[in-house]
Amino acid sequence: MLGVKLFSTRVARTPVLLGGLPRLPWAWAAGGALALLASCGVGVLAGPVHIGFGTVTQALLAPIPGLGAGISVDPGQANILWSLRFPRVVLGVLVGGTLAVAGAAYQGVFRNPLADPYLLGAAAGANLGATLAIALAPGTSVFGVNVIPLAAFVGAGAAVAGAYALGRTVTGLRSTTGLILAGVAIAAFFNSIQSYVQQTQTSSIRQVYSWILGRLVTAGWDDVLLVLPYVVLSVAVIFVHRRLLDALTLGEDEITSLGISVRRVRLIVVVAATLGTAAVVAVGGTIAFVGIIVPHAIRLLVGRSYRVVVPLSVLFGAAFLVLADTAARTVVAPAELPIGVITAFLGAPFFIVVMRSTRGAPL
Amino acid sequence: MSDVSLSAVTVAYEGRPVVRDLDLAVASGEWLSLIGPNGAGKTTVLRAITRLVPFDGDIHIGGRAVARLSSRDLARGVAMLVQEPQMPAGMTVSQYALLGRSPHLGYLGKESSRDRRIVRDVLRRLGLDELASRALDRLSGGERQRAAIARALAQQAPVLLIDEPTTSLDVGRQQSVLELIDQLRREQELTVIAAMHELTLAGQYADRLALLVGGRLVAIGPASEVLTEPAIAEHYRAQVKVIEMNGSGTAVVPVRR
Repeated sequence: MLGVKLFSTRVARTPVLLGGLPRLPWAWAAGGALALLASCGVGVLAGPVHIGFGTVTQALLAPIPGLGAGISVDPGQANILWSLRFPRVVLGVLVGGTLAVAGAAYQGVFRNPLADPYLLGAAAGANLGATLAIALAPGTSVFGVNVIPLAAFVGAGAAVAGAYALGRTVTGLRSTTGLILAGVAIAAFFNSIQSYVQQTQTSSIRQVYSWILGRLVTAGWDDVLLVLPYVVLSVAVIFVHRRLLDALTLGEDEITSLGISVRRVRLIVVVAATLGTAAVVAVGGTIAFVGIIVPHAIRLLVGRSYRVVVPLSVLFGAAFLVLADTAARTVVAPAELPIGVITAFLGAPFFIVVMRSTRGAPL
Repeated sequence: MSDVSLSAVTVAYEGRPVVRDLDLAVASGEWLSLIGPNGAGKTTVLRAITRLVPFDGDIHIGGRAVARLSSRDLARGVAMLVQEPQMPAGMTVSQYALLGRSPHLGYLGKESSRDRRIVRDVLRRLGLDELASRALDRLSGGERQRAAIARALAQQAPVLLIDEPTTSLDVGRQQSVLELIDQLRREQELTVIAAMHELTLAGQYADRLALLVGGRLVAIGPASEVLTEPAIAEHYRAQVKVIEMNGSGTAVVPVRR
């Protein structure tokens, strides 16, 4: 209250015309929503069994009281849509949107353009958890939930918590470098254990690799419901921190002298991004590249403010992953490609085109 | 009331004291320049006032102990212009200046039209309204310095701390920046504490100079009393000529040995 009492500025009562403030461009927001809608459409329509657009629409409307009266859909096709394709597309939306927004958040918190959601060891922890579950307790369930995603979630959370605790001990969280190095050390340690378990349990190597490279195999809506609360919480927390993520681009002394606690913002955003990442990694494996290319493509094409980057990362990350997943399950059907292969194969050339076409824009 | 007082302030880095037992009193609306050779502790004093470094002793602003203020209340009372402000690439001048309103917002608060109006008026006052939409990385050195001042002024704090405000500016821009700060100080009754290397400019704009050496206060007073040839020779190990300029201040001119 000190400043308010002591300082007086006459504020003119004229309309506020202040140019240059970051606003979400509606054309890009609408474009993102359309891209997401289109990719969901492609994801639902593509598959070994041909199901037409009309049938999909009818299947969507049928359960709605009032609208669905009198609509009849072939039970087999309705079953394919509601049990396989719809949940898989929804899971793709949740995984893609979360990885992209968590990547943007990590890049903001660590002021490091190379940061991705796995920076603090989330991937290594998830891989170790999943490998242990696949190798030592295949097919086990806990409270009706497959043990693999649970083990991956716990592993990811444990790795990041370990990195945070180690970084705090070493540098007291004064610098992000200490935290990043702690993440590197924890990831290397977890990776070594994971490699050891994998080598000693050769019968499960193929399944472990398949999990590590990422795959959106769903058992219906269970996986969606499993990750939904974490994803909603994670994205919501990052969303409300957009202004503070912009503030974090200033120097540490400057941020602190604005009355903003850098440590508090860093802790809350890292916990939120990690929670979301751990949840989606648990059901999708460690899908690479989405958390880096989506936010950076948005920075290059639209703007660097987190008021723009965060919402557009959710939309375009979700659209990109649904498309990548559709390609992963159709290119070599009936077999499936690991989704990480597709995200890198499609994402890398796209990103190179974006970088070349926006030469001179700040990275 | 925006007076600043330091009483027996000591700051140590890893056990080594860099500011020792410092007593200072700066009146409301006064401009005090901290001068002294490299490593004298000038920047550290500013950092202690904004609680960027832990300190022993007491620092009061407007009669309130800095140690007991919340971060936000402290930021409403004191604005700090660091030596080399970080100017994020791609951020516009208006967005940067609007961050100065942070102490007046809640943790997850959003800027109101009042905040935008204040920033617009500050930009206009500093002649930056035409550049409001320009990215910081496309500004000249002088424009960047003005943008940094705009961000500090948007804080509406009655105390302005400035660390080397004229670094890397040519002599014309040095004068413009200091004139601007002095004018704003008079208009808005700001208390200014500035760490300065340039002795002539420090003496011309400040009401008083405080000479720090090895973290201790060795002299304080108007430029004519502090900027003396023997004092500068002793503490800076520099050979200078001090010239009184008939009502235009004191000039300190280095003389080749």
